[in-house]
Parts: sequence; C-alpha cells; structure tokens
Amino acid sequence: MSALNAMRIDKRIGGLKVLDDAWIDVPENHIIGLIGPNGAGKSTFLTVLSKFAEPDAGRILTRGLDVTRRSPESLAQTGVVRTFQVPHEFGELGVIDNMVVAAKGQIGESLWKALLRPRAVAAQDRDILEKARELLAFLGLESVSAHAAKNLSGGQKKLLELGRALMTDPYLLLLDEPFAGVAPGLVDVLIEKIQSLQKRGFAFLIVEHNMDAVNALCSNVFVMVQGSILTDGSPRKVSNDPRVFEAYLGGKA
Amino acid sequence: MTYLIAMGTQTGLFALLALSLNLQWGYTGLQNFGLVGFYAAGAYCYALTTTLLGWPTAAGILAAMAVGTLLAYPLGLASIRLRIGFYLAIVTLGFSETIRAVLVNEDWLTQGTRGIAVKLLFPGWGAAGNQTAMFGLILVAVIAVYLLFERVGQTPFGRTIEAIRDNEDAARSLGKPVTGFKIQVFMLGSAVTAGAGALNAIYVGYLVPDQFLSIITFYVWMAMIVGGSGSNRGVVLGCLVLVLLLEGSRFLKEVLPAALLFSDQRMAALRLMIIGLGLTVIPINWPRGLLGRKEL
Repeated sequence: MSALNAMRIDKRIGGLKVLDDAWIDVPENHIIGLIGPNGAGKSTFLTVLSKFAEPDAGRILTRGLDVTRRSPESLAQTGVVRTFQVPHEFGELGVIDNMVVAAKGQIGESLWKALLRPRAVAAQDRDILEKARELLAFLGLESVSAHAAKNLSGGQKKLLELGRALMTDPYLLLLDEPFAGVAPGLVDVLIEKIQSLQKRGFAFLIVEHNMDAVNALCSNVFVMVQGSILTDGSPRKVSNDPRVFEAYLGGKA
Repeated sequence: MTYLIAMGTQTGLFALLALSLNLQWGYTGLQNFGLVGFYAAGAYCYALTTTLLGWPTAAGILAAMAVGTLLAYPLGLASIRLRIGFYLAIVTLGFSETIRAVLVNEDWLTQGTRGIAVKLLFPGWGAAGNQTAMFGLILVAVIAVYLLFERVGQTPFGRTIEAIRDNEDAARSLGKPVTGFKIQVFMLGSAVTAGAGALNAIYVGYLVPDQFLSIITFYVWMAMIVGGSGSNRGVVLGCLVLVLLLEGSRFLKEVLPAALLFSDQRMAALRLMIIGLGLTVIPINWPRGLLGRKEL
C-alpha cells in the first residue's frame, strides 16, 4: 500500500485543462520527485493532492484511504502535510510558537477546556514544547527560536515550515519547491535533513527545479509535461530520456 | 466630577467594544464592521426583557449576551466559510444597518423612533448615584473581559487563532479547523459586544435607534488601531485617547487665548479638525499603535 496514490486526475481552470489524466505513486518511506518545465502543472497537482483544490476527476488515496473529497484540514489530520513554495510562516509568532501551534490533538484548542482544565493543558504544552525544541535543534534553528518568524531568511523559513509540518506527526510530506530561494550553503543542509528524515520512516513528494537536489534525494522521479505524466523512473534514467530533454527545450535538440 | 465619571463610563463602554473587536481583528483577523449592530441588539434585548417581561438585571444582561452570540452564528457561518475576509466586513456592515432599520420600523416591539425607556438600576439612589454605580459596574466588566481575553490569548486556542490571522492556508495545511475557530471567536466577541450594549442601555436609560449609527463601529476601529491592535492593554488606552479627543476638545474654548476665540460654529469645526489630526498623527508616529505588539 502506497503512502500516496493518485490516478486519472483532471483539473480545469477556466477553459484550460491544467491537469490531464495525471497520476502519481509515492511508496512508504521513499522520496519521490515531481519535475517538469515551467507551467507544466506541477504546483497545481500538488495543490490538488493536498486538497487545497478539488480535482474535476480522478481519485486520491493515502494509505489506501480515499481522500478525494476531503478538506485540506481533514487530510492533514490523517497525516499528510504540505509546505508552500512561498514560505507561509506565522510571521508575528515566534519561531518556537510556530512549531508549538502546529502540534496535533491539543486539548487547549478547545476554548472551554483551555479555560477549565489549565493543568492538563499545561502538562501537554510541556511535552509539545520539548518536542518543538528537539526538532528546532535537529533543523539547526535553535539559535533563532525566540525570533519572530517573519524575520528569518528565506532558507530558514523553509526549514521552519518543514519543522512545523513534522510537529503534526505526518507520514507523508508534500514539499512544493523546498529549495527555491534557499541560499546555496543551506541547500546541502536541507538535503541532508530530508535524507535523515527518510531514514526515520517519512515519505516525501517533492516538486523541484533544482536537479542536483532531485538527483541526490529521489529514488523515483515523475516528469510532468502539459498536465500529464510523461514518464517516470530513476533520476538517471529520466534525465537521459530524449523526450524529457525535448519537453524542457521545446523542440528536438 | 460628574463629568469625569461620565467620561470614564464612556471610555469603559468603548473599551468593552474595543476588546471584543481586538479579539476578532487583532487576534484572529476577522473584519467585523457591524459591531454597532450587536451593540444595539444587546441594548434593545436588555430593554425589552427587563421592561416588557420584567426580568431582573442580571437575566437581562445574560439574555443580551445570548442574543449577540446567536446572531453571530448564522452571520459567521454564511460569510466566514467563503474564506475571503471582506465578505464578513460587508455582511456585518449590512447587518448593523438592518438591525437599525428593524429598530426604527418594528414599532410594535421597539416603539420605533419614539424610543424605549430603561429602568434605573437602583431607583432609590437618584441620578448621580446611579451614574456612579454604572461606572463601577462597567469598570468591573472591563476588568473581567480584559482578564478573560488576556487568558484566552495565552491558551493553545489563543495561539491558534493568531496563527490563523498570520496565515490561514498554513493553518489549514496543519489540520486546524479554521472556520470553527473563527466562528467561535466571532460569537465570543459578539457576546461581549451585546453585553456592553445592555450596560449601555442601563446607563443611558433611554434607547432610540439613532444612538446606534455605524460611526460607533468606526470609532471603535480607530480606538483599536490608535491603541495597538493585538494588545488588550493598548486598545483600552486607545479608547481613553478617543474619548479624550472626542470630549476633551469641547474644552478647547477655555484654553485658547482670547485673541484666537472663534464663534461657536467655528469652534465646532476646529474641534473636528483636532480630532482628525490626533487620529492621523498617532498612527503615523506609532504605526503599530501606542501599545502595539512588540517586535520579537
């Protein structure tokens, strides 16, 4: 059973068919890449897969569960969490609070329980805080944990978003261009973190343009062209495919 | 002294409204432009339940709060689910005008523009005694609401609504039921707003629909922005500044040198200019309000 399996996905935006019979398969504990030229529909596909947009046709299964008609909130509750191409940090909140707020199943998110059961809430908060500190240390963000999230660099925000997603105890992370806007020095750090998370059992679907990162990370790569999956295979196989070359350069090379 | 108590009471009533709005906008990012509608609904609910039905004061205030909460639910559900902030702004603005139209036209219930009298809180205490008592009661209410909202802000509920304010999509991506949080905040704020309306009804003693014009809503927005949205202490201070500007400028005539003494008409215009100037200068110099949330 795959962490994520989507088939025959269609999506129209206005008159344009942005996704046409698209499919993807992310096995448990694997890092899968989704590449393609600009405008191929990769981000739309990720938006549909994370349920921030409704597909017009097709089915999405996560661990065998049909989530095609779920809301993004409820998909996230099941353990599938996305990040965004442009960082979506909680800007006014501190870095540590960005992490803490993300934790799942907090008693104190109910207004009445928060006010009437302060002890239980405080006890749970201590555990959440400890986990948040551990993750920030893992990501190398402990030195900025008291900063407002909006003051972080682009790369730090990407790391923070990854950490925030991990706070929800997901099994699958959908990352939309995690390396875009990240300083070159931080790219290697991010690659290493993702690899170490994969070893811990997480699965990833990564939309990415940075081919070095894709080659370093992905066991399987899907190539999207004009809303459809052109081919899939190992990074080496895909990058030697003349059709992929053609799709990127827009003609026979 | 009486005048100071009157100003204090006015500040207190504004502070209750500003604290509600701050919970909705400052914490959660909800654009409520119909505050005065909930204020009016609470005031009239109190007046009707205590005069027509003979309910005691406390029951009247609770009924007002319940009405505020119940009105907020369908309004919030209809507009918040659309996920575009200004739908709520438009719906609430329309709501507050609708409430006023109902108050004017449903004569059989509200006595229309003739207005409705509200009983004194302590009939034996005379006008001045009642004024002082109301000042005390409103002060207690402000402190209670302030403490409650400060507490709410520190809970996981509070940090989640702040996260929703900062980035709704991110909150959804993490599995937070955003709509539910927003509707709860909208209802809680509206309960307090309507409760303030009930206190206002007791204080003024006589209700007419024209007391509930949308300018009240905008005064509260100004007070919140001047004081610093997101900070409960700030918005209370903002209300004090607002009342000082609104009321204090009446005394202008006495402090101006005789050579500059204008006619009453001119003084009225000058007063409005000073209010406008004050409300412009403060946000320019303190863009986050006088006590806005500190930069981390």
